[in-house]
Amino acid sequence: MRSASSGDTPRTPGRPPAVEVTGLVKRYGTKTAVDGLDLRVEAGSVTAVLGPNGAGKTTTVEICEGYRRPDAGTVRVLGLDPVADAAALRPRIGVMLQSGGVYAGARAEEMLRHTAGLHAHPVDVDLLMDRLGLGSCGRTHYRRLSGGQQQRLALAMAVVGRPELVFLDEPTAGLDPQARHATWDLVRELRADGVSTVLTTHFMDEAEQLADDVAIIDGGRVIAQGSPEELCKGGAENTLRFTGRPGLDLNALLKALPAESAAAELTPGTYRVTGTIDPQLLATVASWCAQHGVLPDAIAVERHTLEDVFLELTGKELRS
Amino acid sequence: MTATGTTDGGGAARTAGTFAPRPGAAPLSRMIRAQALLETKMLLRNGEQLLLTVIIPTLLLVLFSAVDIVDTGEGKAVDFLAPGILALAVLSTAFTGQAIATGFERRYGVLKRLAASPLPRWALMTAKTCSVLVTEILQVVLLTVIAFALGWSPHGNPLSVVLLLVLGTAAFSGLGLLMAGTLKAEATLAAANLVFLLLLVGGGVIVPLDKFPDAAQSVLGLLPISALSDGLRDVLQHGAGVPWADLGILAVWAVLGLGAAAKFFRWE
Repeated sequence: MRSASSGDTPRTPGRPPAVEVTGLVKRYGTKTAVDGLDLRVEAGSVTAVLGPNGAGKTTTVEICEGYRRPDAGTVRVLGLDPVADAAALRPRIGVMLQSGGVYAGARAEEMLRHTAGLHAHPVDVDLLMDRLGLGSCGRTHYRRLSGGQQQRLALAMAVVGRPELVFLDEPTAGLDPQARHATWDLVRELRADGVSTVLTTHFMDEAEQLADDVAIIDGGRVIAQGSPEELCKGGAENTLRFTGRPGLDLNALLKALPAESAAAELTPGTYRVTGTIDPQLLATVASWCAQHGVLPDAIAVERHTLEDVFLELTGKELRS
Repeated sequence: MTATGTTDGGGAARTAGTFAPRPGAAPLSRMIRAQALLETKMLLRNGEQLLLTVIIPTLLLVLFSAVDIVDTGEGKAVDFLAPGILALAVLSTAFTGQAIATGFERRYGVLKRLAASPLPRWALMTAKTCSVLVTEILQVVLLTVIAFALGWSPHGNPLSVVLLLVLGTAAFSGLGLLMAGTLKAEATLAAANLVFLLLLVGGGVIVPLDKFPDAAQSVLGLLPISALSDGLRDVLQHGAGVPWADLGILAVWAVLGLGAAAKFFRWE
């Protein structure tokens, strides 16, 4: 029996969560890497763990994979304890490390075939090589593969065993756009087939494109979690920008705008209006411009992106 | 078995359900066999490893048998050298080769990645041991053929020889894994080669231990390589029965080495 792979939303809230982390704490010496982290990954969903370097993403994922023991808190992966139930859990999960994991002297296809051979019902190796654009380098030694090819081989190794849950640690770091899209397509396919995915990433667009849920981590805690839409909603469509002649008198505009609105000249010739941006407000701004003989250039209603949310929450750029 | 091979309605290339979860570990025997085969392939494909495990022992055997460089005592030189070179073969594979390979597997995250696979750790170690034994069998066959060509006439009970080789393998594996699991890969590479060289000279492999001062002899005699080459020589050159003293020394090294490796080995 398997769940139908048709339909747009294979998430099945009835299933127990794929990952449930509560109050997780992990210290290395005096440094606290993870500090009371809660995370829930619904079965069949794609969850992106987003955060700057050193936020605790990899530590959290590696605790879920059973590599490290938590200092405090509970971790359940597919209902199991990753350390105590490791033997039962390992065949059911797929792991893509941030780097490495392959014998330097192994050929790409040889390594994937070997990994497939450790599982009972693996995916067809030729198909997978082909799907990830590795078909032409099957006989190439791992150390001679490009960084992107090494990444895709690691991804193939993570999914070849037909796991219920995959952990992808920065799966597209260093990939060219084409390889990135191949990886994204594969993640979407996993989702369509009912596989749960946890991926860590620096890339906002990746989270927006792929994730059902995004957990933003900073300083070892989840500081926001929700769907990309939910996270962006807070400040969505509340900013209007336009450019024109420098030094326009904004007082008249403010009088015409609703009471809670504000307007400012950010840099000479660049203006920002904040408030509830609706068609009425847009019309008011346009008519004010007309009265002042200004042709508003580059007029744009700004959509709040995950990047903005992240910046607001953490005060940090994602990619340092 | 459910049929999952229905294609998407739109005639897309992908087959629906390719990744539909169907987890499970392969049977243990199949996993261990595949892992041992892969590790052996990696070893035989590596030029530096072949230099260590095949070329150096072969060259030493041929060179020192043909040219009278070292005084090997009474009898044919090859009768003295062949047992020592067999001991060297075990040292090169179980200790040096295994330490370097495992050190770099640890460094490149291979051990870490395998730890998340269905292959249990004990099965990985079993596969490594199988790979070492397969390599040693190939070495022993090759070196024996060459030694016979050089006029070797061995004596003694083959079972005693096998017992020595197995205990020697256990002793050197423990020490090699201890090194690989605690030092950095580069440090392991350097140290394993240095130890190989020192034991080659000072362990009764090609230079008889009685060439050293008395005080040094009593210490050198306790080294695992000395016990192995001495025990093999007692049996193969002098037709001795079971060399208990040498087996005892090897057993102590095996227990200490494997025990320490089990305790201190770090997988990352």
